Amino acid sequence: MIWETVRLALRSVRRNALRSFLTLLGIVIGVAAVIAMLTIGSGTTQKVKADISQLGSNLLIVRSGRPAAPGSGPQQTIRPLGEKEVAALAAHLEGARAVSPASQKQVRVVFGTESLTSSITGTDNAYLDARDWKVTSGRSFSESEVRGGINACLIGETVRRQFFGAGDPDGASIRIGRMSCKVVGLLEPKGYSGFGQDQDNVVLMPLSAFQRRIAGNRDIETIYVAADDATPTQVVQTRIEDIMRDVRRVTADREDDFSVRDMTQIADAMASATATMTGMLGAVAGVSLLVGGIGIMNIMLVSVTERTREIGIRLAIGAHEKHILIQFLVEATVLSLLGGLIGIAIGLALAGAASLALSIPFVPSLAVVLLAVGFSALIGMVFGFFPALRGARLDPIEALRHE
Amino acid sequence: MSPAPLIVFDKVWKTYGQGEAEVRALAGIDLAIGQGEFVAIMGPSGSGKSTAMNIVGCLDTPTSGRYGFMGVDAGRLDRNRRAELRNLYIGFVFQGYNLLPRTTAVENVELPLIYRGVPAQDRRALAMKALAEVGLEDREHHTPAELSGGQQQRVAIARAIVTRPTLLVADEPTGNLDTARSHEIMQLLTRLNEEYGLTIVMVTHESDIAAYAGRTIAFRDGHVASDTKKLEAA
Ligand SMILES: Nc1ncnc2c1ncn2[C@@H]1O[C@H](COP(=O)(O)OP(=O)(O)OP(=O)(O)O)[C@@H](O)[C@H]1O
Ligand SMILES: [Mg+2]
Repeated sequence: MIWETVRLALRSVRRNALRSFLTLLGIVIGVAAVIAMLTIGSGTTQKVKADISQLGSNLLIVRSGRPAAPGSGPQQTIRPLGEKEVAALAAHLEGARAVSPASQKQVRVVFGTESLTSSITGTDNAYLDARDWKVTSGRSFSESEVRGGINACLIGETVRRQFFGAGDPDGASIRIGRMSCKVVGLLEPKGYSGFGQDQDNVVLMPLSAFQRRIAGNRDIETIYVAADDATPTQVVQTRIEDIMRDVRRVTADREDDFSVRDMTQIADAMASATATMTGMLGAVAGVSLLVGGIGIMNIMLVSVTERTREIGIRLAIGAHEKHILIQFLVEATVLSLLGGLIGIAIGLALAGAASLALSIPFVPSLAVVLLAVGFSALIGMVFGFFPALRGARLDPIEALRHE
Repeated sequence: MSPAPLIVFDKVWKTYGQGEAEVRALAGIDLAIGQGEFVAIMGPSGSGKSTAMNIVGCLDTPTSGRYGFMGVDAGRLDRNRRAELRNLYIGFVFQGYNLLPRTTAVENVELPLIYRGVPAQDRRALAMKALAEVGLEDREHHTPAELSGGQQQRVAIARAIVTRPTLLVADEPTGNLDTARSHEIMQLLTRLNEEYGLTIVMVTHESDIAAYAGRTIAFRDGHVASDTKKLEAA
């Protein structure tokens, strides 16, 4: 009986193929959006997690500015970090494996006829320790290069590929803005970060060289601190805060003018930003599904009207109200389920394409797919109910006399 | 001859509208039709024939009075109970055939069996048998659009008898057919009446069609004007 009804419904959907398809569009778009979004979202989350475990959860990041409201408030009151903070941390911080200052800027890098906008970082060798980054060929900075601010560079894989192809970059001279810089080593490839950033499009140089030739000031943007394995990150964080308050003379009655965060906190901030985004897209998808549901209701009302005589015949030969109700309810459900399935296929395809483009893992979730299937079926039932009830309540005599 | 009558009209009234606009489609009809009878109902247009047929077929209920079907007060049953009565005991043949469009003959005939809950394979066999009964076993896969009027009406008759009903209700079954086709249909109905004892109540405007019936009831203005039985062995 129910299989019979489903077959009947499929036949009726097929008979009005174009109309059915147009009706489904709302559901298709809604479901596709939800599926794509959730799949891309969980891919991103997975990538972020992988990145963080790669960076090490014991990495702490010190920046200037109030911790509570990044980017808000009057910026001129923020004192940048400088040499003395780095020196204080290097001298007094216990439980740290590495302390490294770093400043960064996007600058155009040129070699021969090729050019590339790359992330230039002024830092020292401790940076490689803190970030667990290896030099695969060549060497890291020498003591004199760091101290003397000599123009020596370590380049990432993307920069190497762009400029040198299969060739050896060692000893070559590249132009960074208006300075030229000798390549001394090549960094191990890290791939894209969970935030879609190419981590290999980087050039590292000694901090003092960066400050003099690129930044034009002696500010330090970030201090990276890697806690050693024996000391909990939380403990190191507290110690950093104490030292920083001391060296920056932040009295107990004032708020900190710097922030210390570990990677988990950064990941959480990222996740909440992603959640906001997901929520907004979810609302769009929800509206689309609502519109889709109304479309189904509309088309089912049309269908019931068109088939009034058929309903009359069925009632005359002994159909119960519930038979008619179920028939149209199943038809509406089949219709929106079909939309849901098409939407799932499109959504997964979009997510697949996005994961290729952004180098994030493709993680389709069975639960999400089943939820989408269930939800689209539910939409059909909810929005199909009123038209179906209208059909079921028809008077057989009048229905038979129709048209 | 007939024990308890199958159909009993007891002062049946059917009125439409109210006050000034009230229409008395049936004005106190008393009538009894026995099991196995073949009855023709005649009368001018608007005399209440279709209204009476709808009540006989349990599609409609009287405004007042009692309609008894198989000893049941069918006029007081709700629409789903009446649907069950129709499905179990009543077959319908309409002037306009009323087959489902774009649906094959055999599927049309199967339809009442679906609502009876007959399993699919039995349904097909029963439907084929009913089609054979009306001489259309070779047209099972034709849709109504691919069948002539006479053939469509035969499919409709097959659909009406596939459930082996007690009563066949036919409102102008030959109204859309030419004379030759009309007589073929009437011969078919007569055979069903004689062979299976199927009770038939049929509306017609033509006396040569009514002549197939054993009894003719004439309606006028919602009343029974005359009720005549054909003499046996004329
Ligand atoms: N649903 C309705 N609403 C209002 N009046 C109706 C309705 N159905 C029937 N009538 C009226 O009831 C009267 C009897 O109608 P009915 O259809 O029974 O006539 P009939 O004998 O079948 O006529 P015909 O031979 O033309 O089919 C007519 O006056 C008709 O206008
Ligand atoms: Mg009539």
